[in-house]
Amino acid sequence: MSRLFVLACLSLVVGCTPSLGRPGEASAAGAITVFAASSLTDAFTKAGAVFEGRVPGADITFNFGSSSTLATQITNGAPADVFASADEPNMQKVVDAELVDGSPSVFAGNHLEIAVAPGNPKRIAALADLARPGIIVILAAPTVPAGRYALESLNKAGVSLSPASQEIDVRAVLNKVALGEADAGIVYVTDVVSAGTRVTGVAIQERYQVIGRYPIAVTRSATKPTLAHAFVDYLLSSDGQQLLAGFGFSRP
Amino acid sequence: MTPERPPLPVIIAAAVAIAFFLIPIAGLIARAPWATAVEELTRPEALAALRVSFVVSVASTILAVFFGVPLAWLYARVAFPGRDVVRALTTLPMILPPVVGGVALLFAFGRAGLIGPVLDGLFGIRLSFTTLAAVLAAFFVSAPFLVLTVEAGLRSMDRRFEEAARTLGAGRWLVFRDVTLPLIGPSLFAGAVLAWARGLGEFGATITFAGNLPGVTQTLPLAVLVALESRPEVALMLSLLLLAISAVVLVALRDRYLRLA
Repeated sequence: MSRLFVLACLSLVVGCTPSLGRPGEASAAGAITVFAASSLTDAFTKAGAVFEGRVPGADITFNFGSSSTLATQITNGAPADVFASADEPNMQKVVDAELVDGSPSVFAGNHLEIAVAPGNPKRIAALADLARPGIIVILAAPTVPAGRYALESLNKAGVSLSPASQEIDVRAVLNKVALGEADAGIVYVTDVVSAGTRVTGVAIQERYQVIGRYPIAVTRSATKPTLAHAFVDYLLSSDGQQLLAGFGFSRP
Repeated sequence: MTPERPPLPVIIAAAVAIAFFLIPIAGLIARAPWATAVEELTRPEALAALRVSFVVSVASTILAVFFGVPLAWLYARVAFPGRDVVRALTTLPMILPPVVGGVALLFAFGRAGLIGPVLDGLFGIRLSFTTLAAVLAAFFVSAPFLVLTVEAGLRSMDRRFEEAARTLGAGRWLVFRDVTLPLIGPSLFAGAVLAWARGLGEFGATITFAGNLPGVTQTLPLAVLVALESRPEVALMLSLLLLAISAVVLVALRDRYLRLA
């Protein structure tokens, strides 16, 4: 009960009174490690800085990687306080291993988009254009969420294509399109946002969309569970959601 | 003289070091699905990776011998200006993080790279995402092993045999083929095996430059990483296979590298 109370206080502090720093909140101070999907890199780096500014003494370290790698690391004993996955199956692996404190909450959604060279020189307008001869398309490997969603989306659109490469994570897809090695790649909207002018995004029609749902949870082995829950609550708060929206994430 | 008992701290430190090297290997062996070992290794994705790795590592070794031996000969026999600088630069891939090598290759031979567009325009050659790109990545990181080993062999051999052959009227090619090559044979073998093993284990430059496509550029190390996330049993068996190959390489080279006396 008392922990819940502290938690409620903390979420109030974090959510509503940005500059509160009385000694009474000392219990929130400390360092936590957040394992997060690589598509969250920019948004979480910003969110972490904002959170550290609001909670004096809080120090957040991030470990970004593909959700499946992170899940494997956590189930093999890696010291994560918080796990944010880009999909539910990988979160489920950690839940199944009974390593999650409480139950995961979905905190963000992410749409797919086609990334092409700036200005779209190959005039790619829809998924069907990816199957045109001479267009070099790369996808994320089917073992990572972005790769699986891309295949689902192509299936919905009835498009079959042979990708030139199945990159290890979605950032590699984005970078190779930005470098001009591939003509197009299927990535998250958030990746296109973060790439700025290095790529152009081509929207995928709503009926072919596959929306990634991002669950987040505090682990049972968290060294600072109060602080870990406070960070999760911040992401779920309207301030946190607004910050995430700025990076292209949709509300869950 | 009776051998002195080694100091205890030395024994402890050495034991920790041995444990550190052996425990991960024991971990692989302990977790391996021995009952289904053959089944895991003959899955289509494992077979495809074996085939790609075989083609890529053998092709890159052939390239390394074909281009590396002349280069080593030049380094050993011709004191051209700037030789030390050039040698240092061509040795760089040995110690460079392979990912950096991959990025460098991409910026050179990629579609938007320095000479990639020239290759495409003149010859219609596009390297990105092809097996040839994986071969070049392996060649880039592994050839220096052969060059350095062969150069050392050339420097340490007795050159009087070459001189004798020359005075007896043999041409330069004949001397090289019938005198020099047999004398540096062990170095050439060791260098080729080292280069082959290094090429077989290549990961960073391959994933960066050649990408990851099963049956085309997905070599064993790439397949291990991908399988770790979908079929850990396949990843384990492929890892053990790479481990076994490394052990065989060490045994093959034992005369050269493992016996110090």
